[in-house]
Amino acid sequence: MTNPRILLVEDSRDDAELVRLADQSLHLHSELVVAEDGEAALDYLFRAEADPPAVVILDLRLPGMGGLEVLRTMRSRPQTRRIPVVILTGSERDEDVLAGYDLGANSFVRKPHEFEAFRALITHLEHYWVMTNLRPPV
Amino acid sequence: MSKAPQVLLVEDNQDDVELAMHAFSGSTVAPEIIVAHDGEEALDYLFANGRHAQRETRDLPSLVLLDLQLPGIGGLEVLRRLRERAETRRVPVVILTTSDDQADIIGGYDRGVNSYIRKPVGFDSFREMVRQLEHYWLITNVAPPL
Repeated sequence: MTNPRILLVEDSRDDAELVRLADQSLHLHSELVVAEDGEAALDYLFRAEADPPAVVILDLRLPGMGGLEVLRTMRSRPQTRRIPVVILTGSERDEDVLAGYDLGANSFVRKPHEFEAFRALITHLEHYWVMTNLRPPV
Repeated sequence: MSKAPQVLLVEDNQDDVELAMHAFSGSTVAPEIIVAHDGEEALDYLFANGRHAQRETRDLPSLVLLDLQLPGIGGLEVLRRLRERAETRRVPVVILTTSDDQADIIGGYDRGVNSYIRKPVGFDSFREMVRQLEHYWLITNVAPPL
Protein backbone atom coordinates (compact mmCIF):
# COMPACT_ATOMS: atom_id res chain seq x y z
CA MET A 1 0.00 0.00 0.00
CA THR A 2 1.60 3.26 -1.11
CA ASN A 3 1.31 6.57 0.70
CA PRO A 4 -1.41 8.83 -0.58
CA ARG A 5 -0.10 11.27 -3.17
CA ILE A 6 -0.80 14.88 -3.98
CA LEU A 7 -0.30 15.86 -7.61
CA LEU A 8 0.83 19.47 -7.86
CA VAL A 9 0.52 20.84 -11.37
CA GLU A 10 2.73 23.87 -11.34
CA ASP A 11 5.25 25.34 -13.70
CA SER A 12 8.23 24.88 -11.42
CA ARG A 13 10.53 26.84 -13.72
CA ASP A 14 8.33 29.68 -12.67
CA ASP A 15 7.91 28.77 -9.04
CA ALA A 16 10.79 26.46 -8.19
CA GLU A 17 11.05 27.76 -4.66
CA LEU A 18 7.34 27.31 -4.01
CA VAL A 19 7.42 23.73 -5.23
CA ARG A 20 10.41 22.97 -3.00
CA LEU A 21 8.54 24.48 -0.06
CA ALA A 22 5.41 22.51 -0.85
CA ASP A 23 7.42 19.33 -0.64
CA GLN A 24 8.85 20.32 2.71
CA SER A 25 5.43 21.23 4.06
CA LEU A 26 3.92 17.80 3.79
CA HIS A 27 3.81 15.70 6.91
CA LEU A 28 4.36 11.97 7.04
CA HIS A 29 0.99 11.28 5.48
CA SER A 30 1.53 11.83 1.81
CA GLU A 31 4.01 12.42 -0.91
CA LEU A 32 4.14 15.14 -3.52
CA VAL A 33 4.29 14.49 -7.24
CA VAL A 34 4.97 17.52 -9.40
CA ALA A 35 3.88 17.88 -13.02
CA GLU A 36 5.36 20.87 -14.78
CA ASP A 37 2.66 21.28 -17.37
CA GLY A 38 -0.81 20.10 -18.27
CA GLU A 39 0.30 17.31 -20.56
CA ALA A 40 2.62 15.84 -17.94
CA ALA A 41 -0.24 16.00 -15.43
CA LEU A 42 -2.64 14.10 -17.70
CA ASP A 43 0.06 11.57 -18.58
CA TYR A 44 0.63 10.92 -14.90
CA LEU A 45 -3.09 10.63 -14.13
CA PHE A 46 -3.78 8.19 -16.93
CA ARG A 47 -0.78 6.08 -15.92
CA ALA A 48 -1.77 6.15 -12.24
CA GLU A 49 -5.31 5.11 -13.11
CA ALA A 50 -5.37 2.20 -10.66
CA ASP A 51 -3.96 4.28 -7.82
CA PRO A 52 -4.90 7.93 -8.36
CA PRO A 53 -3.67 10.81 -6.21
CA ALA A 54 -5.86 11.92 -3.30
CA VAL A 55 -6.09 15.39 -4.79
CA VAL A 56 -4.80 17.39 -7.73
CA ILE A 57 -3.64 20.92 -6.97
CA LEU A 58 -3.85 22.71 -10.27
CA ASP A 59 -2.39 26.05 -11.28
CA LEU A 60 -4.34 27.80 -14.02
CA ARG A 61 -1.36 29.37 -15.69
CA LEU A 62 0.69 26.63 -17.29
CA PRO A 63 2.88 26.51 -20.35
CA GLY A 64 1.01 24.97 -23.28
CA MET A 65 -2.31 23.48 -22.25
CA GLY A 66 -3.89 25.66 -19.54
CA GLY A 67 -5.22 24.51 -16.18
CA LEU A 68 -8.88 24.79 -17.19
CA GLU A 69 -8.23 22.55 -20.17
CA VAL A 70 -6.57 19.98 -17.91
CA LEU A 71 -9.65 20.06 -15.68
CA ARG A 72 -12.02 19.75 -18.63
CA THR A 73 -10.09 16.72 -19.91
CA MET A 74 -10.02 15.10 -16.46
CA ARG A 75 -13.77 15.52 -16.04
CA SER A 76 -14.48 14.00 -19.45
CA ARG A 77 -12.60 10.74 -18.79
CA PRO A 78 -14.05 7.96 -16.64
CA GLN A 79 -10.67 7.23 -14.98
CA THR A 80 -10.18 10.80 -13.75
CA ARG A 81 -13.57 12.44 -13.57
CA ARG A 82 -14.10 12.05 -9.82
CA ILE A 83 -10.59 12.90 -8.59
CA PRO A 84 -10.80 15.98 -6.33
CA VAL A 85 -9.26 19.05 -7.97
CA VAL A 86 -8.29 22.22 -6.15
CA ILE A 87 -7.43 25.16 -8.35
CA LEU A 88 -4.49 27.13 -6.97
CA THR A 89 -3.97 30.42 -8.66
CA GLY A 90 -2.93 34.01 -8.38
CA SER A 91 -5.97 34.96 -10.41
CA GLU A 92 -9.16 35.75 -8.61
CA ARG A 93 -10.94 37.10 -11.61
CA ASP A 94 -14.60 36.16 -11.33
CA GLU A 95 -14.57 34.52 -14.74
CA ASP A 96 -11.73 32.17 -13.73
CA VAL A 97 -13.47 31.21 -10.51
CA LEU A 98 -16.77 30.65 -12.33
CA ALA A 99 -15.11 28.65 -15.11
CA GLY A 100 -13.28 26.52 -12.55
CA TYR A 101 -16.47 25.64 -10.67
CA ASP A 102 -18.42 25.13 -13.88
CA LEU A 103 -15.86 22.65 -15.15
CA GLY A 104 -16.17 20.73 -11.90
CA ALA A 105 -13.34 21.97 -9.68
CA ASN A 106 -13.96 20.88 -6.08
CA SER A 107 -12.39 23.98 -4.63
CA PHE A 108 -10.59 27.16 -5.57
CA VAL A 109 -7.81 28.68 -3.44
CA ARG A 110 -5.59 31.68 -3.95
CA LYS A 111 -1.84 31.27 -4.12
CA PRO A 112 -0.23 33.28 -1.34
CA HIS A 113 2.84 35.33 -2.16
CA GLU A 114 4.69 34.79 1.08
CA PHE A 115 6.52 31.51 1.55
CA GLU A 116 5.23 30.97 5.08
CA ALA A 117 1.65 31.42 3.96
CA PHE A 118 2.24 29.05 1.06
CA ARG A 119 3.67 26.44 3.38
CA ALA A 120 0.67 26.78 5.71
CA LEU A 121 -1.69 26.44 2.77
CA ILE A 122 -0.09 23.21 1.54
CA THR A 123 -0.25 21.76 5.06
CA HIS A 124 -3.90 22.75 5.26
CA LEU A 125 -4.69 21.27 1.83
CA GLU A 126 -2.98 18.05 2.81
CA HIS A 127 -4.86 17.86 6.08
CA TYR A 128 -8.20 18.44 4.41
CA TRP A 129 -7.91 16.48 1.17
CA VAL A 130 -5.72 13.60 2.32
CA MET A 131 -6.83 13.08 5.90
CA THR A 132 -10.38 14.45 6.15
CA ASN A 133 -12.01 14.01 2.75
CA LEU A 134 -13.15 10.53 1.72
CA ARG A 135 -11.78 9.79 -1.72
CA PRO A 136 -13.80 8.37 -4.56
CA PRO A 137 -13.18 4.62 -4.85
CA VAL A 138 -11.25 3.49 -7.92
CA MET B 1 -19.43 45.34 7.73
CA SER B 2 -20.24 41.97 6.28
CA LYS B 3 -22.60 39.66 8.06
CA ALA B 4 -21.66 36.21 9.33
CA PRO B 5 -21.55 33.54 6.62
CA GLN B 6 -24.38 31.04 6.56
CA VAL B 7 -24.11 27.29 6.72
CA LEU B 8 -27.12 25.21 5.75
CA LEU B 9 -27.12 22.02 7.78
CA VAL B 10 -29.36 19.35 6.27
CA GLU B 11 -29.76 16.82 9.03
CA ASP B 12 -32.74 14.93 10.45
CA ASN B 13 -31.06 13.53 13.54
CA GLN B 14 -31.62 16.02 16.36
CA ASP B 15 -28.58 14.77 18.34
CA ASP B 16 -26.34 15.48 15.37
CA VAL B 17 -27.95 18.91 14.87
CA GLU B 18 -27.20 19.80 18.49
CA LEU B 19 -23.67 18.46 18.24
CA ALA B 20 -23.04 20.58 15.14
CA MET B 21 -24.62 23.71 16.63
CA HIS B 22 -22.51 23.30 19.72
CA ALA B 23 -19.31 22.70 17.73
CA PHE B 24 -19.91 25.74 15.51
CA SER B 25 -20.87 27.99 18.43
CA GLY B 26 -17.36 28.06 19.85
CA SER B 27 -15.73 28.55 16.47
CA THR B 28 -13.72 31.43 15.05
CA VAL B 29 -16.03 32.34 12.19
CA ALA B 30 -19.22 31.69 14.16
CA PRO B 31 -21.38 31.25 11.07
CA GLU B 32 -25.14 31.46 11.20
CA ILE B 33 -26.44 27.87 11.08
CA ILE B 34 -29.69 27.21 9.30
CA VAL B 35 -31.12 23.76 9.89
CA ALA B 36 -33.24 21.85 7.39
CA HIS B 37 -34.60 18.63 8.84
CA ASP B 38 -35.29 16.92 5.54
CA GLY B 39 -34.51 17.19 1.85
CA GLU B 40 -37.67 19.05 0.97
CA GLU B 41 -37.02 21.74 3.54
CA ALA B 42 -33.44 22.07 2.28
CA LEU B 43 -34.63 22.58 -1.30
CA ASP B 44 -37.34 25.02 -0.17
CA TYR B 45 -34.68 27.03 1.59
CA LEU B 46 -32.20 26.99 -1.31
CA PHE B 47 -34.83 27.74 -3.95
CA ALA B 48 -36.76 30.18 -1.72
CA ASN B 49 -39.98 28.19 -1.98
CA GLY B 50 -42.73 27.28 0.48
CA ARG B 51 -42.23 28.83 3.87
CA HIS B 52 -38.94 30.31 2.65
CA ALA B 53 -40.62 32.11 -0.26
CA GLN B 54 -39.81 35.50 1.27
CA ARG B 55 -36.10 34.77 1.35
CA GLU B 56 -33.74 36.68 -0.93
CA THR B 57 -32.75 34.03 -3.50
CA ARG B 58 -29.32 35.48 -4.13
CA ASP B 59 -28.53 35.21 -0.44
CA LEU B 60 -27.16 31.68 -0.58
CA PRO B 61 -25.35 29.80 2.17
CA SER B 62 -21.55 29.69 1.93
CA LEU B 63 -21.67 25.97 2.60
CA VAL B 64 -24.24 23.17 2.60
CA LEU B 65 -23.57 20.24 4.93
CA LEU B 66 -25.68 17.43 3.59
CA ASP B 67 -26.62 14.21 5.31
CA LEU B 68 -27.54 11.37 2.94
CA GLN B 69 -30.12 9.43 4.96
CA LEU B 70 -33.02 11.82 5.11
CA PRO B 71 -36.77 11.20 5.33
CA GLY B 72 -38.49 11.74 1.96
CA ILE B 73 -36.13 13.25 -0.61
CA GLY B 74 -32.69 11.74 0.06
CA GLY B 75 -29.42 13.64 0.19
CA LEU B 76 -28.18 12.54 -3.25
CA GLU B 77 -31.44 13.71 -4.82
CA VAL B 78 -31.14 17.08 -3.04
CA LEU B 79 -27.65 17.39 -4.50
CA ARG B 80 -28.81 16.46 -8.00
CA ARG B 81 -31.61 19.03 -7.91
CA LEU B 82 -29.49 21.88 -6.63
CA ARG B 83 -26.78 21.19 -9.22
CA GLU B 84 -29.47 21.45 -11.91
CA ARG B 85 -30.51 24.97 -11.05
CA ALA B 86 -28.47 27.91 -12.31
CA GLU B 87 -28.76 29.81 -9.00
CA THR B 88 -27.51 26.95 -6.82
CA ARG B 89 -25.32 24.82 -9.05
CA ARG B 90 -22.02 26.19 -7.71
CA VAL B 91 -22.87 26.30 -4.00
CA PRO B 92 -20.20 24.34 -2.10
CA VAL B 93 -21.71 21.12 -0.77
CA VAL B 94 -20.03 18.72 1.62
CA ILE B 95 -21.72 15.39 2.26
CA LEU B 96 -21.50 14.56 5.95
CA THR B 97 -22.71 11.08 6.64
CA THR B 98 -22.17 7.84 8.52
CA SER B 99 -22.26 5.95 5.22
CA ASP B 100 -19.05 4.79 3.62
CA ASP B 101 -20.97 2.74 1.08
CA GLN B 102 -19.09 2.96 -2.21
CA ALA B 103 -22.31 3.62 -4.12
CA ASP B 104 -22.96 6.67 -1.94
CA ILE B 105 -19.43 8.03 -2.38
CA ILE B 106 -19.52 7.52 -6.14
CA GLY B 107 -23.07 8.91 -6.31
CA GLY B 108 -21.96 12.01 -4.44
CA TYR B 109 -18.94 12.72 -6.65
CA ASP B 110 -20.90 11.97 -9.82
CA ARG B 111 -23.52 14.52 -8.82
CA GLY B 112 -20.88 17.15 -8.22
CA VAL B 113 -20.32 17.16 -4.48
CA ASN B 114 -17.29 19.24 -3.45
CA SER B 115 -16.22 16.89 -0.69
CA TYR B 116 -17.37 13.80 1.20
CA ILE B 117 -16.81 13.34 4.90
CA ARG B 118 -17.59 10.56 7.37
CA LYS B 119 -19.29 11.75 10.52
CA PRO B 120 -16.81 11.12 13.30
CA VAL B 121 -17.88 9.47 16.51
CA GLY B 122 -17.58 11.43 19.76
CA PHE B 123 -17.76 15.14 20.47
CA ASP B 124 -14.04 15.93 20.37
CA SER B 125 -13.60 14.41 16.92
CA PHE B 126 -16.81 16.04 15.76
CA ARG B 127 -15.64 19.45 16.95
CA GLU B 128 -12.26 18.94 15.26
CA MET B 129 -14.04 18.08 12.02
CA VAL B 130 -16.22 21.19 12.27
CA ARG B 131 -13.10 23.27 12.82
CA GLN B 132 -11.54 21.76 9.68
CA LEU B 133 -14.67 22.29 7.61
CA GLU B 134 -15.02 25.85 8.77
CA HIS B 135 -11.38 26.72 8.18
CA TYR B 136 -11.38 25.14 4.76
CA TRP B 137 -14.73 26.17 3.30
CA LEU B 138 -15.38 29.49 5.02
CA ILE B 139 -11.83 30.88 5.11
CA THR B 140 -9.49 29.17 2.63
CA ASN B 141 -11.79 28.36 -0.26
CA VAL B 142 -12.66 31.14 -2.71
CA ALA B 143 -16.45 30.97 -2.96
CA PRO B 144 -18.09 31.05 -6.38
CA PRO B 145 -19.07 34.63 -7.18
CA LEU B 146 -22.80 35.33 -7.38
